Amino acid sequence: MRGFAEAAPGPRARPKDRGAALHGGGGGAPQNHEGERTDGPWLLGVRHHGPGSARAVREALDACVPRAVLIEGPPEADALVALVGDDGMSPPVALLAHVTDDPARSAFWPLAEFSPEWVALRWAVERGVPVRFIDLPAAHSLAQPPGDDPDPDQAVDEAQGDPPGERPNPQVDVGSGTEPGHPGQPAGQEAAGQEAGQEAAGQEGDPDGRSLRIDPLAVLAETAGYDDPERWWEDVVEHRAAADDALAPFAALADAMGALRERYGDGGHARDTAREAYMRLQLRAARKEFGDEVAVVCGAWHVPALAAKVTVTADRAVLKGLPKTKVDMTWVPWTHRRLSRASGYGAGIASPGWYAHLFRAPDRPVERWMTRVAGLLRDEDRAVSSAHVIEAVRLAETLAVMRGRPLPGLSETTDAVRAVMCDGSDVPLALVHDKLVVGDVLGEVPEAAPAVPLQRDLSRTQRRLRLKPEALERELDLDLRKETDAARSRLLHRLRLLGVGWGEPSATGRSSTGTFRESWRLRWEPELAVRVAEAGIWGTTVLAAATAKAESDAISAPALADVTALAERCLLAELPDALPTVMQVLADRAALDTDVGHLAQALPALVRSLRYGDVRSTDTGALAEVAAGLAGRIFVGLPPACAGLDADGGAQMRGHVDAVHTAVGLLAEPTPPDGATTTAVRGRWHSVLRVLAGRDTVPGEVRGRAVRLLLDEGELEHPEAARLMGLALSPGAAPADAAAWIEGFVGSGSGGTGGGMLLIHDDRLLGLVDAWLTSVPAEAFTDVLPLLRRTFSAYEAGVRRTLGELVRRGPGGAAEAITATTGIRGFAAEPDQERADAVLPVLHLLLGLAPPNPATLNPTATATSSTSQSPAVASAPAPASAVRDLTEAPA
Amino acid sequence: MTVSVNTAVTTAVNGPKDDAAALRPHAEDAFADELKALAAADDRPRPARWRLSPWAVATYLLGGTLPDGTVITPKYVGPRRLVEVAVTTLATDRALLLLGVPGTAKTWVSEHLAAAVSGDSTLLVQGTAGTPEEAIRYGWNYAQLLAHGPSRDALVPSPVMRAMSEGMTARVEELTRIPADVQDTLITILSEKTLPIAELGQEVQAVRGFNLIATANDRDRGVNELSSALRRRFNTVVLPLPESVEAEVDIVSRRVDQLGRSLDLPTAPDGIAEIRRVVTVFRELRDGVTADGRTKVKSPSGTLSTAEAISVVTNGLALSAHFGDGILRPADVAAGILGAVVRDPAADRVVWQEYLEAVVREREGWKDFYRACREVSA
Repeated sequence: MRGFAEAAPGPRARPKDRGAALHGGGGGAPQNHEGERTDGPWLLGVRHHGPGSARAVREALDACVPRAVLIEGPPEADALVALVGDDGMSPPVALLAHVTDDPARSAFWPLAEFSPEWVALRWAVERGVPVRFIDLPAAHSLAQPPGDDPDPDQAVDEAQGDPPGERPNPQVDVGSGTEPGHPGQPAGQEAAGQEAGQEAAGQEGDPDGRSLRIDPLAVLAETAGYDDPERWWEDVVEHRAAADDALAPFAALADAMGALRERYGDGGHARDTAREAYMRLQLRAARKEFGDEVAVVCGAWHVPALAAKVTVTADRAVLKGLPKTKVDMTWVPWTHRRLSRASGYGAGIASPGWYAHLFRAPDRPVERWMTRVAGLLRDEDRAVSSAHVIEAVRLAETLAVMRGRPLPGLSETTDAVRAVMCDGSDVPLALVHDKLVVGDVLGEVPEAAPAVPLQRDLSRTQRRLRLKPEALERELDLDLRKETDAARSRLLHRLRLLGVGWGEPSATGRSSTGTFRESWRLRWEPELAVRVAEAGIWGTTVLAAATAKAESDAISAPALADVTALAERCLLAELPDALPTVMQVLADRAALDTDVGHLAQALPALVRSLRYGDVRSTDTGALAEVAAGLAGRIFVGLPPACAGLDADGGAQMRGHVDAVHTAVGLLAEPTPPDGATTTAVRGRWHSVLRVLAGRDTVPGEVRGRAVRLLLDEGELEHPEAARLMGLALSPGAAPADAAAWIEGFVGSGSGGTGGGMLLIHDDRLLGLVDAWLTSVPAEAFTDVLPLLRRTFSAYEAGVRRTLGELVRRGPGGAAEAITATTGIRGFAAEPDQERADAVLPVLHLLLGLAPPNPATLNPTATATSSTSQSPAVASAPAPASAVRDLTEAPA
Repeated sequence: MTVSVNTAVTTAVNGPKDDAAALRPHAEDAFADELKALAAADDRPRPARWRLSPWAVATYLLGGTLPDGTVITPKYVGPRRLVEVAVTTLATDRALLLLGVPGTAKTWVSEHLAAAVSGDSTLLVQGTAGTPEEAIRYGWNYAQLLAHGPSRDALVPSPVMRAMSEGMTARVEELTRIPADVQDTLITILSEKTLPIAELGQEVQAVRGFNLIATANDRDRGVNELSSALRRRFNTVVLPLPESVEAEVDIVSRRVDQLGRSLDLPTAPDGIAEIRRVVTVFRELRDGVTADGRTKVKSPSGTLSTAEAISVVTNGLALSAHFGDGILRPADVAAGILGAVVRDPAADRVVWQEYLEAVVREREGWKDFYRACREVSA
C-alpha cells in the first residue's frame, strides 16, 4: 500500500495543460477549458466547508449540468440522499455512521449550509440527478477497533466527527493557485480550502501524529508570504469575486495540488491510498453507468489522485483484505457551535457564522455584516448608531488595504467592531463572536431519518440489565451492593441527566441517600423515545451522552448550588469523565462567589457527595480537593461576613455555622492518606470559631454558638467558656444580644446536642445565666423574654423540670458540696453495671446493629453509666421517657 | 473662511532645537535616523501631509529591517493588530483614543505615532483637572488685545488649533482628567473639523492630515467619563498589560534597575526571584486566575498595574538596603503588596486572605512569602 502510494503520483507528472487535471484519469483528450464548456468528468476540488468553494461548485454544476454527482462521503449514505430534499431537513446536519453493535465507534460528517458537498447534494436532489458517495465505505473505516488503530486519525478524528476523508486530508486537501503570489488571480485557488482550516485546528488540538504531516496550505501560504494559512485561503479563495469561467478555478487549483502532491506524495496520509483507490473505482463505475458527464465534488487534495491513470487491478489490489464491519448510517442535527473548532466534535471551522454570512450575503458582505453586528449590540442595549456602522466599515476597509488584503476579512471586521462599536473592549466583542461569528444555528433532520445510535445503545443496555421499558408504572428497589442493581441505578441516573425521565427516585429512595438502597418508580412513556432522539445530539452511547450533557449543564448552571447538585448526580450516575469539568466549574464558581452563605450551603452537599462517593467506591480525590478548597474559602470569608448582621441574619448565619461545622466534621472524619490535611481543616475551623467567639461585632447568637461548638469539641475548657459567657452576659452587654448569645449557646442547634443538659451539669454556667437573668432591667426584660422562652421551650419537658428544680434549689454552696463528693452531680461515684447493661438493647435498636430482643427491652432501666456528656447518648433521639429517667434517676 | 495661523509662536514653544543636552529628546529627534531611512525606503502611497505611509508608520512602531539593512528598533512590544488599527484610524479622519491602565505605554505610543505621522510630537495638550478651554481652542495675548483690539495677532493658538491649520497630529494626554465641559470643545473640532473664532467672526478649518490622538486611563477612579457624543468621534484602542509573565518581569526589573540607580540604591543580587513573585501575584489577582490556569481567584478593586509592581519592588529594595541585609526578601515586598492589593479595607482584605489561603499557602517554595504575608496581614 505504501509503495503504491508513493508511486501513484509519479506517472502522472505534470499535466500538459491545466485542462488535463480536470479530466478523469481514463479520460478524453485534454481540451482547452478556458471559456468553453469541457467534457466531463469534472473534478471539482473543494475546501470542505468553504463558502467560496460552495459558491463555485454551484456555478460549476449550473454550467456543466452533469448527469450524476459524485461526492466524497461514505457510500452507505446513498440511501439517505432523498432526505436532503425533505422539508424537515435544514442544515447544519451531519451524517452519522456507527458500528451496529458498538455505537461508541462512530464517525460524523458534518455539513453546513455553506458546505460544497451540501450545495452539490441540494443541487442534485432538486433536479433529480442521481447522487453517489464515493469515499471508502464507513464499513471499512470504522472496522478497526480504536485500540489497535495504526492511524490515530481514523479512530480519534472520525469519532470526533469528521468525515474520515476530511480529517486526514485537511492538511492536504487544500488548494492553491498556481501563482500563489497573485491574490488577484482567482484561477488557481478555488479548491480545497476547508481542509486547510481543519489543518490549523488539527495542529492545535491534536499533537499526536499530526505534526509529522505536511500542511500543504501552510506551504502555499508561506510561498505567498502569509504567516497564517487560514487567512491566505480566505484571501485567495473565499473573498474572490466570481470568475467568468465557472470551471477555471477548479482547473488552477487542481494544478496546484498536482504540483504539491508531486512534491509531497501522500503528505503523510497513508489511508488516503485506499480511499483514493476506492474513489477511482467508483468514478469508473459511474462513468460506465452515466457516461462521462459526471461531476465529482471532493477535497482538492484528491483531485490529482482521481485524475491519475491507475489500472483497475491495481486499485482492487489496494482495497483487498480491508477489515469490514456492519455499520448503520443516519442524519443527525448539528449546530454551528459544534462545527467550530472550539467544541469536541468540531469540523475545525473557527467561524461558521461568518462563513454562512459570506455564503448567504448576495452582495456587500462587510456592510451587511456590520449592520448585523450593530443590530445585535443594540439588542443588548449598547448605543450603536448608523454612524458607527459607517465608521466600522470604513475602518475595516482601510485596514484591509493597509494589510494588503483584497477585502476585509474576519480579523479586519473584528478589529473594526472592537475599535468603533465596542470602545476597544473585548466584552461585547465576545458576544459578537458567540452569536454571530460562531452563531446559534441548530439544524434539523426529518422524522423519517433512521434511529440514532443512542436509542440502540439504550436498548442494548436495557436488555443486558433485564430492565424492560414498560408503560405500566412499577416500583423498583435496588441493592447497590449487587453489580446488576448498581448498573441499573447508574443507567436510570444517567437517563435522568439526559432528560429522559423513565425512572423517578421514589420518596423512600431519595431519603436513603448514602445507603445501599435505592427505590425507583419506572414508567416508559412513548414520548420518551423522542427525548432519546433529542438526546442523541450529546453522544452515541448513554454514558457518553450523559457525560457531555453533564459537562454542558455544569458550564451553564446559574448558581453554585446547582453545580453542587450536579456533582452529586454525576457521582450517582457514575460519570467520572464529567466530574473534572463539573469540579472545575464548581471551584471557579466558589472562587468568585462573594456570598459566604452560598458557599456554606454548597459545602454540606459536597461533603455528602464525598461520603456517598465512598459508598459507591468512586474516585473522589478531585471532589475532596474541591471540598477542602471550599472549606478554606468559607473559613476566610466567614468572620467578615458575620459582622453587622441583624437578628434574622444572625439566626441564618448560625445555621450556616452549624452546617459548616457538621460538614467539617465529616470532611475530617475519614482519614485519607494525608491525615495531616484533615486535621488541619479541623484546626483551622477551630481557629475560625475562636475568632467568631471573641469578636464583638459578630451577632450574639453566632458568638454563643461558636463557644458552644468549641466547648463540645473539647477545644475550650469549661472555665474559659464560663468566662466568655460572663463577658457576653455582663451588665454592659445589650440584653437582647445577651439573650441571643444564650440562644446560640444552649439552644438546640441543628446538630441536636441538647443544650439544656449542659446547663444542668455545669453549675457555673447555670449560675451565670441565673445571675444575668435576675439582673436584666425590668424594661428590657419584656424584650428578651420571647427569645428566652423560645430557647428554653425547645427543651424536653424533663430537662425543663430539672432546670427549674435546680434554679429553685439555688445554685450555690449545696451544689458545690455535692460536686466535691460525687464528681459529676446527679451521678453515683461508681457506675452501676447492671443498669448500664440494660441500655444496650435500645442502642442496638437505634443503631440497627442487630435485632433487639424485646424481652430485655426495659424502658425503666435505661439509665446509663456512660458519661453524661457522651454525644452518642445525648444526640440519639432517645424516647422522652428515657431522658427523663436519665435525669431523674438520682432524685 | 480659512485663515492661516501665525506660526511665530511655534519656535518659542518648541524651544531651542539643539537638544543634545536635553534630558529627554523628543521621539522625532531621538529616532531621526530611523524615520529618515523609513521615508527613503517607503514607496507606498502616503495620505496627505503624512511623512510616511501607514505601513511605514506601523513598521516604525513595531520594528523591522528595511531593504537597505537599516534596523528599526521596536518602540512598542505588543499585538501588531493594535498598532495597525491605531495607524489605520489616523489614516481615516477618525480620532484615536488610546485606553489602558497606567504603565501600558499609552503616552509613549501616542508620541511615536505623532512623530512618525507628522514628524512632530510636540503639539500636546496635557489634560488635568484644571485644563481650561483655552488650552484646546485658543487664548489671547492680553497686551496685544488691549493695545490693538481683537485681531489674529492677539490670538494665541492652542496646539490643537495649530495642528488643524497645518495638517498635523495633535495629542491630548489624560483626556478623562479634563473637566467634561472642556472635553466637549473637542466635539466640533472632531466632527466639523473646524474651530470657530467667534470674537473675530472667523474660523480655522482643519486641513487634510489633521488628526488627534488622545490617551485616557480606564481604571482610575474619579475620572470624567467621555460624553457619548465625544466618544463616538473616537476609535478606541485598548493597550493591554504585558502578555506574559516573562515580558512583565522584564519590564519591572528593567525599570527597577533604572530607578534604583537614580536613587542610589544598592543592586540586589537575588532580586529577580522576588520580582517574579511580585509580578506573579499581581498578574494572578488582576486576571482572576492562577498562572497555571487551574484556580480562579477574586480580583481586588485596585488596578495592580505594572507601574505599581515596579513601585512595590523599588520600595522593597529600599527597605532591604536600609533596614535589611541588602538582599530582597519576601518580608520586604509583603507589606508593599498588601498595600497595593488592599485598597478597600473590607472587601479587598477578604480577597487577599482568600488568595493567601487558597493559592499562596499550597505553593511550592512560597512558604517564606506566605509567612511574611500572614505577618503583615494579621
